[in-house]
Amino acid sequence: MEIDPFIFRLSIFILSIFIGYYVVWSVTPSLHTPLMSVTNAISSVIIVGAIIAGLAGNSDAILNTSSIFGFLAISLAAINIFGGFLVTQRMLAMYKKKNKDK
Amino acid sequence: MLSANLSATFYLISGVLFILALRGLSSPETSRQGNFFGILGMIIAITVTFLSIGNFSSGLVVVIIFLLIGGLIGAFIAYKIPMTAMPELVAGFHSLVGLAAVFVAIAAFLNPEAFNLGKPGNIKLGSLIEMSIGAAVGAITFSGSIIAFLKLQGIMSGSPITFKGQHPLNAIILISIIVLTYLLCSTQSSNLFWILLAISFLIGFLLIIPIGGADMPVVISMLNSYSGWAAAGIGFTLENTALIITGALVGSSGAILSYIMCKGMNRSFFNVILGGFGANEKSTSSQNKEQRPVKSGNADDAAFLMKNASSVIIVPGYGMAVAQAQHALREMVDTLKKNDIKVSYAIHPVAGRMPGHMNVLLAEANVPYDEVFELEEINNDFANADVAFVIGANDVTNPVAKTDPQSPIYGMPVLDVEKCKSVLFVKRSLSPGYAGIDNDLFYKENTLMLFADAKKMTEDITKNL
Repeated sequence: MEIDPFIFRLSIFILSIFIGYYVVWSVTPSLHTPLMSVTNAISSVIIVGAIIAGLAGNSDAILNTSSIFGFLAISLAAINIFGGFLVTQRMLAMYKKKNKDK
Repeated sequence: MLSANLSATFYLISGVLFILALRGLSSPETSRQGNFFGILGMIIAITVTFLSIGNFSSGLVVVIIFLLIGGLIGAFIAYKIPMTAMPELVAGFHSLVGLAAVFVAIAAFLNPEAFNLGKPGNIKLGSLIEMSIGAAVGAITFSGSIIAFLKLQGIMSGSPITFKGQHPLNAIILISIIVLTYLLCSTQSSNLFWILLAISFLIGFLLIIPIGGADMPVVISMLNSYSGWAAAGIGFTLENTALIITGALVGSSGAILSYIMCKGMNRSFFNVILGGFGANEKSTSSQNKEQRPVKSGNADDAAFLMKNASSVIIVPGYGMAVAQAQHALREMVDTLKKNDIKVSYAIHPVAGRMPGHMNVLLAEANVPYDEVFELEEINNDFANADVAFVIGANDVTNPVAKTDPQSPIYGMPVLDVEKCKSVLFVKRSLSPGYAGIDNDLFYKENTLMLFADAKKMTEDITKNL
């Protein structure tokens, strides 16, 4: 009997939770704020679903209800992606070591 | 057009890059490289999505336009936002992730064919369950984050809003979400889908209103976690590895941060979630308020004490952020260092309104990060230090947490500030902190209260040094 592909996805999911657990514990507490902003940015990879929805309409009817929700989700996720990565960048650029900053 | 296998491989690569992005944050040196990995992963995921659809019809233009609109808004916010407003920004961003998850779920529900999930009214059972979970968690994240945002902005009062029957009501709503999901899967009715969304929005709102402003670090971390689980739910629907990996990473990240924050306050997660903290405590503290002698001084006295010290520990808190005193503080420290005084910073896990908030503010003021220490690293040094300079922190220095089992904050890890030879406490008045309890530190022999605005006081001390 074949294994349902769902099981493979579930395996990826469970193992990723464990990876997340160990990786996040190793994040230094002084970088917890950048951690939150960068997790925000990467969770907006949900934009892939929004793009699929947005491009699903055929050329006669670009604007059906489903693709409108897709378009809106694209904008929301894009705010997060650009905002999240850039603000993280901005924060990380401020962390300096003693010898560099005299 | 990319084959399904090839695009799945690329999604896996971007998932791995996201793991590396978080891994980079283990130290400030590798963090910038980590962020770059994150950006790279995102570019790969988006590019692969376009290529795998391969349908470059007129819809593409619209997609790009919406992408650019969002991108511009995001970039604008990222450059304009002051560092003190990071908690609000993150709460706002969480709400957007939640809403995006809801919209994608709606789009998939209305047009399942685009996602290979079956036909409208006959969506694959597994996909429908995943979709409902993603949509419900997304909706909770959205409305919960909106409330958190309003509380942090001060648009909504930070005090907990409680009413009779709150917990039973929440329990009923949560149970009905499960029942509705079950009914939705058996009937495929779109009406049920809309009702499910509506009550999920409602429960997100109801779950956050009873939580006080002081517990915001936990709430923000918790919503961070929710936004991850919502993304993972959608990831299962779309059968997308990048989204599943990311959702799991973000979900566990937020959960760990919530745990660290709860431990920093010595409160259980459920205690925070059930809310109401800071509302009932206030009444008890006002009863036993006795007049105790307090020593207060001015900038001159403070400067004198510090000039004669050989080591100074600075304890910053949320008040420093409110007064925007971080730059003035750094100038004061520069002057101290010129006089060969050793200065370090002590940060309590729950100082500020979100995890790591103080570290970012100090970094912004050009404080080198190797002078900034966490509670466990520095707590033993207080006994050997000459002066502790408490600026904007309060409850996290209260020795009552170690001595009085009756106190609501008993058992909370605190900074042993009172062990210093002398303590300088910058504060506007003697009013209690957010936990609503009096700070014993104010009345200690070796404490000198400096009643003033944090920024002004720091500047005055610098002048007198």
